[in-house]
Amino acid sequence: MKSAPKAAVITFPGSNCDSDCVYGLEIMGFEVTALWHKDKPSLAEYDLVVLPGGFSYGDYLRCGAIAALAPIQEQVHKHAEQGKLVLGICNGFQILCEMGLLPGGLVRNQKMKFLSTDVCLKVENEDSPWTSASQRGDVWKLPIAHGDGRFVCEEKELATIKDKGQVLLRYCDAKGNVSKEFNLNGATDAIAGIKNVRGNVFGLMPHPERATDLRSGDGRFIWKSILSTLGEKAV
Amino acid sequence: MKARVHIFYKDSVFDPQGNTVQHSLQQLGFQQASSVRIGKVIDVEVQSATHDEAKKLAEKMCETLLVNPVMESFQVEILD
Amino acid sequence: MSPRKSLPDNTPGTWELADSIGITRKEYDHVIAAMKRTPSFAELGVFSAMFSEHCSYKSSKKYLRRFPTKGKRVLQGPGENAGILSIGQGWGVAFKMESHNHPSFIEPYQGASTGVGGILRDVFTMGARPVASMNALCFGEPSAPRMKSIVQGVVKGVGDYGNCVGVPTVAGQTFFHPCYNGNVLVNAFTAGIIHEDHIYKGFASGIGNAVVYVGAKTGRDGVHGATMASKEFNTEEAPDRPTVQVGDPFTEKLLLEASLEAMRLGLVIGIQDMGAAGLTSSSFEMAGRAGTGLEIDLDKIPAREKEMTAYELLLSESQERMLLVTSEDRLKALHAVFDKWDLHAEVIGTVVEGDRVKMWKSGEVVVDLPVTLVVDPLEDPRPAASPDWLKPLWDFSAEKVAAQTFDKKLSILIDDIHFAEPLPLTLQYDSTVGNRTEGGTFDDGAVIRLRDLGPSAPRLAFSVDCNPRVCYLDPLEGGRRAVAESALNVAVRGAEPIGITDCLNFGSPQNPHVMWQFQQCIEGISLACEALEIPVVSGNVSFYNDTDKKPIYPTPMVGLVGVMPAETYLPLSTFDKAGDVLVLVGPLEGELGGSRLLSGVLGEDRGRPSQTDMALVAKTIRFCQEVCATQKGFALHDISDGGLACSALEMSFFRGEGLLGCEVEIPAAANADRFLFGETLGRVLVSASADTAKALQSVATKYGLSVQTIGRVTADAKFDVTQNGKSVLSTSLSASYSQWKKKWEPLFT
Repeated sequence: MKSAPKAAVITFPGSNCDSDCVYGLEIMGFEVTALWHKDKPSLAEYDLVVLPGGFSYGDYLRCGAIAALAPIQEQVHKHAEQGKLVLGICNGFQILCEMGLLPGGLVRNQKMKFLSTDVCLKVENEDSPWTSASQRGDVWKLPIAHGDGRFVCEEKELATIKDKGQVLLRYCDAKGNVSKEFNLNGATDAIAGIKNVRGNVFGLMPHPERATDLRSGDGRFIWKSILSTLGEKAV
Repeated sequence: MKARVHIFYKDSVFDPQGNTVQHSLQQLGFQQASSVRIGKVIDVEVQSATHDEAKKLAEKMCETLLVNPVMESFQVEILD
Repeated sequence: MSPRKSLPDNTPGTWELADSIGITRKEYDHVIAAMKRTPSFAELGVFSAMFSEHCSYKSSKKYLRRFPTKGKRVLQGPGENAGILSIGQGWGVAFKMESHNHPSFIEPYQGASTGVGGILRDVFTMGARPVASMNALCFGEPSAPRMKSIVQGVVKGVGDYGNCVGVPTVAGQTFFHPCYNGNVLVNAFTAGIIHEDHIYKGFASGIGNAVVYVGAKTGRDGVHGATMASKEFNTEEAPDRPTVQVGDPFTEKLLLEASLEAMRLGLVIGIQDMGAAGLTSSSFEMAGRAGTGLEIDLDKIPAREKEMTAYELLLSESQERMLLVTSEDRLKALHAVFDKWDLHAEVIGTVVEGDRVKMWKSGEVVVDLPVTLVVDPLEDPRPAASPDWLKPLWDFSAEKVAAQTFDKKLSILIDDIHFAEPLPLTLQYDSTVGNRTEGGTFDDGAVIRLRDLGPSAPRLAFSVDCNPRVCYLDPLEGGRRAVAESALNVAVRGAEPIGITDCLNFGSPQNPHVMWQFQQCIEGISLACEALEIPVVSGNVSFYNDTDKKPIYPTPMVGLVGVMPAETYLPLSTFDKAGDVLVLVGPLEGELGGSRLLSGVLGEDRGRPSQTDMALVAKTIRFCQEVCATQKGFALHDISDGGLACSALEMSFFRGEGLLGCEVEIPAAANADRFLFGETLGRVLVSASADTAKALQSVATKYGLSVQTIGRVTADAKFDVTQNGKSVLSTSLSASYSQWKKKWEPLFT
């Protein structure tokens, strides 16, 4: 690659993982710009747009509902339509669903309590810009920290999602077995992360930026996948 | 006039709060309570000349922001 | 609504009125003599709030002067919103602990939630970015009325607020005892990082400067919250519902970012959060510190409710508000920052010459008071008298302990409510947001790295501790031990303790025995700090924690901060591999007085707790620091509540599935009960490979510490204890592991 890949991390009122994402991306070699939700710059220069975790608008009304309509989202929609990469982490995932860029939605955890712990994730599909550095069946360990991380969608939609290989990560045990016991928030089909049909938009509840240079380090699989994808496309 | 919006999760979405409350009601002797769903009510004061206008305006607000049709269903009533 | 709350502001402040809002006769006479006129009702409100125990510390100031507050790292000592210690490289750590006890008993979720909000503001108002929180919770027996819902409400409140603002909760202590059945304690700690050249204080400086109100609108919440915290509970009165404030962590997050941004851009001269006694305390205190006067137009205050009187505006404890002072020429830029974050920023007044604060409402002067009269209240140092019921409690029958089988004694400890995996509680706290938290949390001290300051920045460690049982049986030792234990907790992570904050939770100051306990705990804390050469830089006092005249156990909660270099090894706190050697550093035995075991055997709290040897503790701390700086690949765990037996089990259980056990040989010279269950501080359990253990042992010897190999880690999940070749205890761990894991689950379902 000629120059460092560029990433933009968008801050909404109430985002609290924005600086974590900026830091994580920088140490992985990205040139990162922090953008404000009220800005409407062109996103053309960015290879990756990240919607970070947090409690945008306090999670009021519905998680991510108000952030989904922020002024900058017009540009984010455009960026996605052009097939460029958009990543939503935790609250970012919630926002992408509210924007309709990903199917389904995220609701209150089944046991109604906030969950902050490390979870194991099974890589279901390595054919994506987000998981190509791994193999199907690999197990990652990443932290979750959410009160509304239960993925839901209607039966028909679920069938489509599975059919098209959109499920990238499922909650599992240390050996990669998916089961009710390890699906702490009760997500439909134990889904922890999905991509859109085209594959350029990805949302996940766990926090890869918190396991980049700390903890398991497994967050790096996502960043490496992105970097190699961009590398392939770079002139 | 006031537009009152009632919002519930769609039936296909598991409502753990409702579920818990239903069990509690039964434990308190209300065996007849067979199902509990918990939703939310949003009241919006709107400047409109007619009920119809107010209703249309409220529905537009629902479509734009107040309701997520992927997971929720809603009803609008207009109160004076 | 109480009639006095809707009284017109200019109603003459008679003695009867003053009495009804908590002002004492002495204080009232003092005010009249100084003002040479009758105060208005609004002015009475000012005095009532500022003279309350919670704001004035009138009963405690005299005793608090004992604390050692100086040191070479001190950038800011007590007296400001938070204390600050230098951590090197131009940076400092700002920290404080606050209590929100009475509100949490009345409305657990909001009480705990707003407690966290208040302490966060105390830290960021100094210009520090909050990076870690802790909390210390004292609850009654789970079976006590309302207690389970209080536990759930408090934990959810603490979690929801901290999680939303994005500050990780990394450590804490939870204690259950019947003495808290009527008075729970919620102490919240926050630490933030700050640059030493950019410390902001609560000074209303610069004649002609603008006084600006920022943040949420003002409502009637908590009017008279400060006076509520200065009253005991009486079971005949219904709990006061209207006085609890509702927190909005979203607004707090916006306020935090906007304030830090405004400070970063040089737009702020002085700033203080509006906490207890709201606008009253912030305005008078800022004027007091700067030696200036203020003129304030109360009509400019953004009000959430209609027709609020000056009294209500002044005493409102609506959350998420700050008062700041800046120059006229910076106002436009300041407004731009707060507009960006969608927050109110209203100029409500001016800094003036002189030493009075004058406030208008609807064009009339409603408050015109000399600052010193308000901020220097009469001290009311209450008498202290040592109780005669204490020494008899030190007697206990050692035979009763010896008579129990070892299996029974171990099971008493395993059954204890405190011997539990904290997961059902800690699951609700985001402990990794910020991407700074290293290693485990809620077990020994917590560690964070400061990624914002570069790879060679020092790391910080935190611990909060207090053993109320020990404080009750020997308040001086209790205070000393709180410091010693928290210091050891950070030391076993490789950190050097550098300073403390405290929350002194006690019964009524009108009870001389309580004042004696207060004075003794302060003495104990001070002795320990002096021995470790660390200062007290901030703190909080909460009196009136009693119900029907029965006080809680003295609970001087200590929050301690440690620092260590980036490259220090962060030890494990659990067993690592079968075959590792177990080493005990420090005294062979501990005292049983005031121990968990003794209370379990006797059914009551008795015995004189061991007198912590601070010289030994200091050496142990230095031992820990050295081994972490020079060695790798070992586990350290300090021995405290539940003695060596519990510490060993914790080293197995916190590691989790695929349980490792251990074999322990009690040295012939030791008394088995005191070896296994004694709770003297200064004992550290080490687990390491044979070679590493040898290296650690020679460091211990270098520091003049006793050191013994006492056993080994086993692949078998059992706890096998022998002495002189004979079995003392032999138990499989799987059942007790299961019990430990499930212990707190019923509390949270």
